[in-house]
Order: sequence, then C-alpha cells, then structure tokens
Amino acid sequence: MKLSVDGLLVYFPYEYIYPEQYAYMLELKRTLDAKGHCLLEMPSGTGKTATLLSLIVAYMIDHPDVLRKLIYCSRTVPEIEKVIAELQNLISYYEKNAPEPPQLLGLVLSSRKNMCVHPEVSREREGKAVDGKCYGLTASYVRTHHEVDPENTPICQYYEGFAAEGKESLMPHGVYSIDDLKEYGRERNWCPYFLARFAISHAQIVVYSYHYLLDPKIAEVVSKEMNKQCCVVFDEAHNIDNVCIDSMSVKINRRIVERSTNALNNLQKIVQDIRDEDANRLNEEYQRMVQGLKDAQVQRETDMVMANPVLPADVLKEVVPGNIRNADHFLSFLRRFVEYIKTRLRVHHVVQESPAGFLKDVASKICIERKPLRFCAERLASLLRTLEITDMTEYGALTLITHFATLVSTYTKGFTIIVEPFDDKTPTVINPILHFSCLDSSIAMAPVFTRFQTVVITSGTLSPMDMYPKILDFDPVIMSSFTMTLARPCLLPMIVSKGNDQVAISSKFETREDTAVIRNYGQLLVETAKTVPDGIVCFFTSYLYLESVVASWYDQGIVDTLLRYKLLFIETQDNAETSYALMNYVKACDCGRGAVLLAVARGKVSEGVDFDHHYGRAVLMFGIPYVYTQSRILKARLDYLRDQFQIRENDFLTFDAMRHAAQCVGRALRGKTDYGIMIFADKRFSRQDKRSRLPKWIQEHLVDSFCNLSTEEAMQLARRWLRRMAQPFTREDQLGISLLTLEQLENSEKEKLERQAQGKEGVGGEVMEL
Amino acid sequence: MTTSSEDVLLQMGEVRYKKGDGTLYVMNERLAWMAENRDTVAVSHRFADIKMQKISPEGKPKVQLQVVLHDGNSSTFHFVNRNGQQAMLADRDKVKELLQQLLPNFKRKVDKELEEKNRILSENPNLLQLYKDLVITQVLTSEEFWATHAKEHAMKKNNKKQDIGVSGAFLADIKPQTDGCNGLKYNLTPDIILCIFKTYPAVKRKHQENVPAKMTEAEFWTKFFQSHYFHRDRITAGSKDIFTECGKIDDQTLKAAVQQGAGDPLLDLKQFEDVPLEEGFCSVAGDRNISNSGNIVHQNMIKRFNQHSIMVLKTCADIGSSSTSTANGPAAKMKEPKAADGTAVNGGSEKSKKDKHSAEAVSNANVNGALGNNELPAKRQRIIEKIHYEDLGEPLLEVADTTDAIKKLKKPPLLSLAKEERYLHGPMPITGYDMHEDPRHMEEVQYHLLRATETWTQRTPQKVLVNSTAAVNALGELSPGGALMRGFHEQSVGQLVPPDFEKDLRNLYLSLSELLKHFWNCFPPTTAEAEERAVRMHEALQRFKMAKLVPFESRALHELSPLGASLTQHLNRLLQAANTKFVTWQERKMRQHR
Repeated sequence: MKLSVDGLLVYFPYEYIYPEQYAYMLELKRTLDAKGHCLLEMPSGTGKTATLLSLIVAYMIDHPDVLRKLIYCSRTVPEIEKVIAELQNLISYYEKNAPEPPQLLGLVLSSRKNMCVHPEVSREREGKAVDGKCYGLTASYVRTHHEVDPENTPICQYYEGFAAEGKESLMPHGVYSIDDLKEYGRERNWCPYFLARFAISHAQIVVYSYHYLLDPKIAEVVSKEMNKQCCVVFDEAHNIDNVCIDSMSVKINRRIVERSTNALNNLQKIVQDIRDEDANRLNEEYQRMVQGLKDAQVQRETDMVMANPVLPADVLKEVVPGNIRNADHFLSFLRRFVEYIKTRLRVHHVVQESPAGFLKDVASKICIERKPLRFCAERLASLLRTLEITDMTEYGALTLITHFATLVSTYTKGFTIIVEPFDDKTPTVINPILHFSCLDSSIAMAPVFTRFQTVVITSGTLSPMDMYPKILDFDPVIMSSFTMTLARPCLLPMIVSKGNDQVAISSKFETREDTAVIRNYGQLLVETAKTVPDGIVCFFTSYLYLESVVASWYDQGIVDTLLRYKLLFIETQDNAETSYALMNYVKACDCGRGAVLLAVARGKVSEGVDFDHHYGRAVLMFGIPYVYTQSRILKARLDYLRDQFQIRENDFLTFDAMRHAAQCVGRALRGKTDYGIMIFADKRFSRQDKRSRLPKWIQEHLVDSFCNLSTEEAMQLARRWLRRMAQPFTREDQLGISLLTLEQLENSEKEKLERQAQGKEGVGGEVMEL
Repeated sequence: MTTSSEDVLLQMGEVRYKKGDGTLYVMNERLAWMAENRDTVAVSHRFADIKMQKISPEGKPKVQLQVVLHDGNSSTFHFVNRNGQQAMLADRDKVKELLQQLLPNFKRKVDKELEEKNRILSENPNLLQLYKDLVITQVLTSEEFWATHAKEHAMKKNNKKQDIGVSGAFLADIKPQTDGCNGLKYNLTPDIILCIFKTYPAVKRKHQENVPAKMTEAEFWTKFFQSHYFHRDRITAGSKDIFTECGKIDDQTLKAAVQQGAGDPLLDLKQFEDVPLEEGFCSVAGDRNISNSGNIVHQNMIKRFNQHSIMVLKTCADIGSSSTSTANGPAAKMKEPKAADGTAVNGGSEKSKKDKHSAEAVSNANVNGALGNNELPAKRQRIIEKIHYEDLGEPLLEVADTTDAIKKLKKPPLLSLAKEERYLHGPMPITGYDMHEDPRHMEEVQYHLLRATETWTQRTPQKVLVNSTAAVNALGELSPGGALMRGFHEQSVGQLVPPDFEKDLRNLYLSLSELLKHFWNCFPPTTAEAEERAVRMHEALQRFKMAKLVPFESRALHELSPLGASLTQHLNRLLQAANTKFVTWQERKMRQHR
C-alpha cells in the first residue's frame, strides 16, 4: 500500500499494516526531521524491519539532500540476510508500483568467510584462516612479487579481476544479498568482498554487523568514508552496550603470551635474514618513519588487516618516537613488554589497578614510556608489512599484545585492569588472565553519535528505556515504546512462584540447589510438556545451573517422565553440537512429536534463534538471569556506573537481568498470528521492581491475578487459553483492530492510532479475558 | 461329464464307493468317481478342496482310500480288484502316489487363502463373531460371507500396517524390579526390544553378532542392562564391556553429523558471528576457552540426552523416507528435493577432487558455483519464510528464482490415518456456541430473555407453594422404599440379565444388523441381480431367525421368565420390518407380472 506518513509518501510492500507500524513510522519520521537520535521499542513480530526500511527509503527518495545513506546494523548473519530479503522485497514493490524505479544501491558486507568465492580459500571453515589466506594472496607485495615471478607466487584471480576493472564503474542499482554479490562477482571474475567494501562508500543502503561500525579496529578499515548525512540503525540493540564494551576490551592469558614470544623470535629471525640480503628495505622504512610520512601503503585496501584499536580521534598524529623506529629496537622493546606481562601474570591473588597505575609500573619496572606504547599497534603493522609476511595467523597473539599496549596507554579513564590467577569456578587450576576491560560503553559509541546525523536504536526489548541514554551517554530526541495491538490475547505471561507443594521457587543463591526447588522446576516443566503441544523452550540462568539441574532431574526421574511426553534437547557449550541438536529440535517439532529445548539465557540460542509458531508454544524462564555478580569485571563496571552516571548497582543488575529475561521469552512470539505462553518461574518476578521492568507489551498482559500462581493453577490457565488459541484465526478477526487496510488507516485519526500503539488507550479488541 | 479339457491322468477300475462299483478318475484338477454303466460323475472333488488323504492300515482286509475335505466331509473309496489283495494294494498305491504328487500344488494356494482369512478373522474379533454366528450356523455360506460381509477387510489386507513409532521414554519404561534376593529383574517386551534395535542400530548389530553364537538372548540383555551404555551417566566404560564399541560408534556417527553442520542457515550457530578477529579480543566469543569448567559427568550426561533424542527422532525419519504415505511434516519433505540435488552435487564434487590435482582454478570455481547454487534456493526460501507475515498479506512479489522444487515444498504434506474415525470423531464441536458470538442474534436473545423473565415476578413466593414438611414427606414417599415406590425394583435390566445372556444378545445384534444392512442395501432392486440378492438376503434372514434367534428366545423364556420376551422384542421388530418390506415388494412384483 502507499500511505502518507505525516505528508511523506511511503511505499509499504504489504496490503495491510499494523497500527503500531504506522505509529513507529511517525516517530521515525520525526526523528529524521529533527536530525537527532532516537530509541524505539517495538515488540518482535510486528514487522519492525519492514517498517524501518520502507520509511527510511521513502525519506531518502523524498529528501535526497537531507538523508543520503542508511546504515543498517544487525547482530547475526541470519538477521542480516533477513534484512536484505526485506529490502529486496521493498525495492521490487517500488519497481512495480512507483512511477519511476528508485535509483538505489543496497548491499551487504560480511566477513571474508561468508563472501569469499576463491575455490581454495573459501573451503576454510575458520574465519581467521580465510582472512589469513586471503591476505596471503592479495597483499600488495605479494602482487608485486607475482609480476616478477608468476610461477611461484599464487594470487587470487578474483581480486586481480576486481583490481583491474572493478573500480571503474559503479555497480548497477539494486539490492544485493551475500549470495547475489557472490554470483555477481563470479560472473565478472571479481572478488565480492572487496567489491562490497569498495561499493559501500557510494551505496545508499548498507547492511552489516555491529562490529563494522562500533569496533574501531574494523570500522577504521571498513567504514571510514561515510558522510554525516547518514541514518544508522542498530536493530536488536538491547545488548549494544556490551558490544561497545567488548570492542574495546582485551583479554590476555598465558597462551597468548607464549605465542607472542614465539612470534617475536620468528620476527627476529626474519629481520636478521632481511638485513643480510636486503638491508635497503628496513632502511626505507626507517627513513619513512623519521620523516613522519604516513605509510603510503596504508592506502592499499588489502594491506590493512586491522586498524588502530583506539578511536580515530585519539590516534596521535605524530612521528613515531625514535626508540621504536628501528626494527630491532622495536622488537626488543616488545620483548621487554611481553616479558613484563608474563611477570604480571605470575600472581597468586587478584590484582586490580587503573591504566595509569599500570603505566607507572611499566615505566618503573622496564623503563617504557607511555608515548612509544601508544604507537605499538601501528608500528607492528608497519613492520609486518615491511617484512612482507603473508601468513598473519601466526602473529595474531602479538598483534593482540600491541593493541593492548596502545589501548592502555591511550585511555586512562573508563578502563580497568584486572589480573586473575584462576577461574572462580576452578580455584585449584592456575590459569591467570589479564583483563583489560572497558567500563564505559559510551566511549565506543560516542564517535557514532557525533559522526552521523541520526542514530536509531531499536529492539523488541529495550525496557527500561531510560537506562540506555544514561549508559550510552546521548540525548535522544524521541524515546518511545510501542505495544502490540492484538485482536486476541496471543501471549499468556504468567509468574509461577510456587510448586504444587507450595514451596516457593526461586533461583536465588540460597535456594537454587535446594532439591525441593529443583523438583518443583522439574514438575513445572513436566506439567507444561503435558499441556502444551509442539515445542517448548526453557531458559536457565547459567550453563552451570543448567547442568546441575539436569543432573538432579535425572536422579529424581523427572527426565524419564519428561521423555514420555516430548523429546529432550539441551544446549551445550559446543556450538556445532548445539546447532545439530537445534536442527533436530526443529525436526521434532515439524513432524509433530514435540520437543523440549533446554537453553541458557545470554547463550547463543537465546540471542539468535527464533522459536516462532510451533517451534515454541511455551517458554519457561527458570529463575532471573542475573549476570554472574561475583565477577570482578562486573563489579568494576558497576562502580564506574555508580560514580560516573549515578546508576545504582541494583538498578543496573535488575535492568540487565530483565532485558535478558524479556529477550528469552520474546523468542516465542514472532507475530500476531503466532501465540505462546511465557512462564516466569521465580518468586522474585512478581515484585514490582522486576515486573515493571518488563517490556510494555508483556506487562500489559501480565495482570495481577497471574502473578502468584502455583504450577497447577498456571496449567489450568494455560489449558483454557490454549483451547481458545487453537480456534481458527482469520484476517477478518484482526481487521480494524490490530490490522488496518489503507482505507481504515486513512479514516482513523493519527493521534488516536499513536496512543493506541503506545498502549495509552484501550484497543477495540478484548485484551484479556480468562 | 466333467469338462473335457481336463486330462485324465489315471483311470482306476473296480473301485467301490458307497457300495456301488465304478471307476475312479484322477484328473488334472479333480478326483472323480463314476458308477458303472452310468455316464454321470457321482463324486467329484477338486484337489483344492481336499485337505488330506487317508489310507487303511496294512493288513486290513478292506483296502480303502479316504479323502478328507476342508469342510469336514470325506469320501471313502474301496478298492476291489479281482486279482486279490496285492492288486488292490497296488491300485490304491498308484492313486495314492499320484494324489500325493498333485495335492501339494493346490494345497499351498488354498492354505494361503485360508491363512489370510484366518488372519483377518483373528485381527477382527467382531468379524470372527459374525463368522461364528452366520457361517458356522449355516445362515450364510462361507463364500457369501467373504464376498459380501467381509469385503472391506479382505480388501484391506493389501494395506501395509503402519509402523508404531518409538516412544522417547522407552528405556525408562523398562523398570527394574527387585526379585527379592538382591537382584534386579527387567521386563523386556518384543516392542521394547524392537525400539532398542530401531534406535540403537549398533546394539542390533551386536545382537546379530553375538546371539545365539556366543551367548543366549537372556545373557545378551543382562549384559546390556549391566553395561554403562544403558545407563546414561556412563563415562568411559571399561574395556570388558561389549557395548563400549557401540558407544564409540554412536559417538562417531554423531560427530560426523555434527561436522556436517546444521544445514539450516538460520540455526547454524557457528555461522552467526561476523567478527574477523583474533581470540583474546573480547568481541569474539571463543567457544574453546569457556569449556572445561564444570562437571564432566554432567556434560556427558547432557550429551547422552541429546544423542538419545536425536536417535529416537531418526527412527521416525527413516520410516518417513521409506514409506511415502506417512505424514511427516515439512521437514521430511524438505529432504527429497535436497537428496535429489545431492546426487548431482556429489558427482560434481568428485569431479572437483580430481580436478584439484591439475589445479584448474577456473573449472573448480565453476563446480563450486554449481554447488552453491543448489543450496541457494533452499536457504533463500527459509529466509523468505521467516520474514513473511501472513496477516500482512502476501508480499507483493515472489522471488524470481523460486524453482519448481520449492513450489513442491509448499505442497501440504499428506495425512494418512490408521484410525480415521478417531480423527474425525475427535472432540465434538460445541453446538450453539457460535450463536452467542453473533451480534445480530444478540437482540433477539435479549428479547426472549426479557419475555421469559417477565412472568418470574408474578410467581408466588416459594413458601406458599408447599410447606416444607409436606415437601419432605413427598420426597420420602418418592424415594426407593417409600409408599409410592413399592413396585420399584432397584435392579436395572443390566443387573437382571446374566452376563452370558448379555453377550449372546450383543452378538445377535451384531449379526442381525450386519445381515440387515445388506438386506436393506438391496432395496430398491433395480436389476435382476439385485432382486436375486434381495431374495437371498431374505432367506438368510429367515435362516438366521430359525437358527439363532428362536433358540435364544426359547432359552431366554426358559431361564429368565419375566424378561425373556422383552429381550428380543426389538430384534423381532427389526426382522418384522424387513419382512414386511420384502413381502410388499414381492406382492408388488407379482402384481406387475400379471
């Protein structure tokens, strides 16, 4: 349908529209008009992506001078592919219905692993290996060598093809998914990866992963040339603060130190060899550094593997200090630093210190100043290039150390260093780790906010929303949460606080190992398996808890009872194994056998896999998924948040736990025709501070009478509700209430629709009547 | 004369049958006897009807040969060769040997049919009862019974039986019981053994290898239950255990399957991450550095659970691929086109392996491309399915390259049910439910309600109606034992009729209704054939009345005097109705003929 959103003609590629989609468009339009940032929460399954894309594309077409580019960031590869599919959908709708087809180029950028078409390189399974091999075939000196000695230096025909002709012409308009790009590349004998990297600078719509924008080491390589007139969308952004923090943090263990020592030895040898045969090369490099010339080679796209790990604004625009200009000097400098880290790892108790303290210690112990440390990362990159090293995989650990050096010497605020001699869970095994941890998620986020005109942070679960502006340190012009207008109560949230024996169930530390609690959890699951058809997903607070509960369930015979009703699949720590189990879970749901999946909140399954329709008719959340509170990194972060942003520890912890809980249960409901039960199995959920932090669209259905149920009562409710949900549900039932035709949309008032979508006004349909 | 086409294989004169002399003929398909000086065959038995032949013992003065038929009749032939005992014996042996050669050819056919019928009867207790009531009492002939009344059952014999699935908890169902003296007893049924074999092919192989060559069945299962393999918290079992190998085989197959990947891009967790970074950078959630914490026993157990579920699931997937009629959901359907592609891909990749040595990058790339292309539509289809909102309406385009294979995927899977009636007559719809939903009826309903309640207020208050003591008295009188309930017997009919009578009655109903069904089916008789059938059915009904109903009635009258007549009342009425119909039809026919 073609609709008018506040005067803007929007092509929406479907016949019908949800009221909240319309309201979402209104808010988004206001944000774009104001050229500010916004925070929007809309339930999963209400077509968020389609809404975002159709409005922003319409805006770009209508105001090409105001908004030039859309950068859409999502979290996982499947999500990215879904976005591209939606976009293709939209563009072909334009092509069919618009007077003139839109002149837009949309494409996706992914890692080499997903985009490579080279017959041998693409066979590698590890992303790192693909990158390394690619580098070995495309680095500029490899190509120069090839010109001299084509027999023995293999190069990549696709990159050569691209380098020869690819940059001359722009890609034809259209939307390219990963597979389309590969196809396009194969046809022309061009490398799709470099083609995409080249094309994103002039493409109007770019879809890629968070890291390409948030991680300075990657962003500097990939997303450098983006102008300000951009709209950046972070979808599934409920975890964005963690991504920011992770992109600036480093973890060093013994293995990394050992491997970097080996790498140093190798480098030493290579430097020696080169000096013997071709001293010129090293001299040239030295001269360049003396003159402070930026490496000319840096311009070559293929040579940059990883840029400086610090934010572009913090990179020193100075000449490399004298004491590390010489290759030998630099290597011995590094050797000293690695040795120092090795001694720091030799601890018997936990050490925590600030970067300033660390630097002081470095200066006093090994006489290394702060300034040369800041150049470490770039200096090593330059050296590796000079030495023409093709196999980068060996030097990964050393690169990591130099990045740490640069980071620790650049940032003194918002970071901490923690050295732990052993893992808390296994205090007998010595496994020292040095954590260099970012505490402030706004550090990585700040350049994005300043660089781009509009940043949209959106997800199905952002509640409580007032937390995000604080921890990301920005001022949204619009902050809005939408509910789900429903023609039937298709979600049934319940808080089960006690078992049939009236023992309170809770995963709090004192009672979590209590057999009565575990038994009650088990009985709840068995009863649910009896009542609910098809798939059931359960989330535990941590993997360790999952393990111990399953073991107790086996001893108590609960597993056997459960197997009578459904098959049982469990998430493991091995990704491949879990994927296989998941596949079988899906198969079991498809063939009607039904299955139970036990997974972990914060795990891969809880973040990336949808359990729509029969794949998840019920989700159980066993306990509140608090983060492991004894972690020192977390404690440091909490302290920092308290001091800097006046966020109380408990507030943050609850916020974090509740967003993950909401994320888990939200997995089951993926649309208005879908339906699912959400069971929060912990007494503490019924407390106001927890309940009120759930997303509005869940809270609305969580009436008081559902907040303190026993297993039996919950099942009673579920049975009645399921019977009702099983009735046929047609489009006609929804029309006018939770689904609008163009006509209905035009007839109803804009303001009313908005209020409805934000849950401030009752909708025509029945909401809850059980 | 018998049909001339039959060759006479042996002609034996001087054979006496029922004190008449004659000739015995052994022909292609039958055994016949003709009296002397007649040209009609007096006795003729098809070989197919002959169950067995008997001969008189050695040394008896009479040399005889008896053929016993399947229906229980028999014919005895007396050999009376004038040349004495020896010749008689020789004659008989000739016949006997020839018969011995011929009979087995026919026997098998008969037996197969019989066996089949037997099986059908034993599987359908209702049919068996009908058979007993109708055929054995000679209300119907056997052929008639099979031709008309058991037609569906006979037809069904071709339908393959649906395999029963494997319950997820079949191992849990084997509950160990203590036998009282410090031992455990496991109860195994063939079903469970089948389940174990289906789910754990490795155990089946072990079973084939070891039983009965190395150990007995019982020993095998004892070992199985003792093994760590059976117990899911097994770690690495000792080397003595014969099932250690099974565990290893299972692990290997699982590992191979895991290596192959999930196949579905939306479920493959390994593919989710899109960070090209070294481990150590915190953005990379390396899965190697978090493991090795926690309890190894627990982790193994979890692995075992997954494995068990996967293997159980595999059993139904196998069935799905072998018989197409089983309902199997989209997952199984998905497989077919993939498998078809698979062969092509295999060919291609093999080629690519060969090519690799010659290092022809270009041709390799092409093969690679083809490989990718085959996976593409399926992956694309999955993504499109995921972003599709059915209530928002069809997205206005379909992806151009959706091939026919994918359209096929969309075809709903067929549902085949073993017990259709259970599916169809499942939960009954609540009638009248929709009425309240319909707003148009609301006013009408309201109006009726108002009208109905109008009179309520006019009613006299309760107390005035009847006072409480009178009410209690009346209630007392009306209760069993009260004055007004004298004649009431607390026993219901069900208690009065002894169980054997009840059973007989039920059987009577069963048979009669079956006969009646066919009787009424003949009306209106439009063809001569149908008319004939009607007559036959009527006769069968009459025979049934005489053979079954009348004896039952007299027995009932005799033994249950007060009830006897009433028990069969309804049966008689049913028969009467059929009779009347038949008579009127006959009369009308007569009139027409005139």
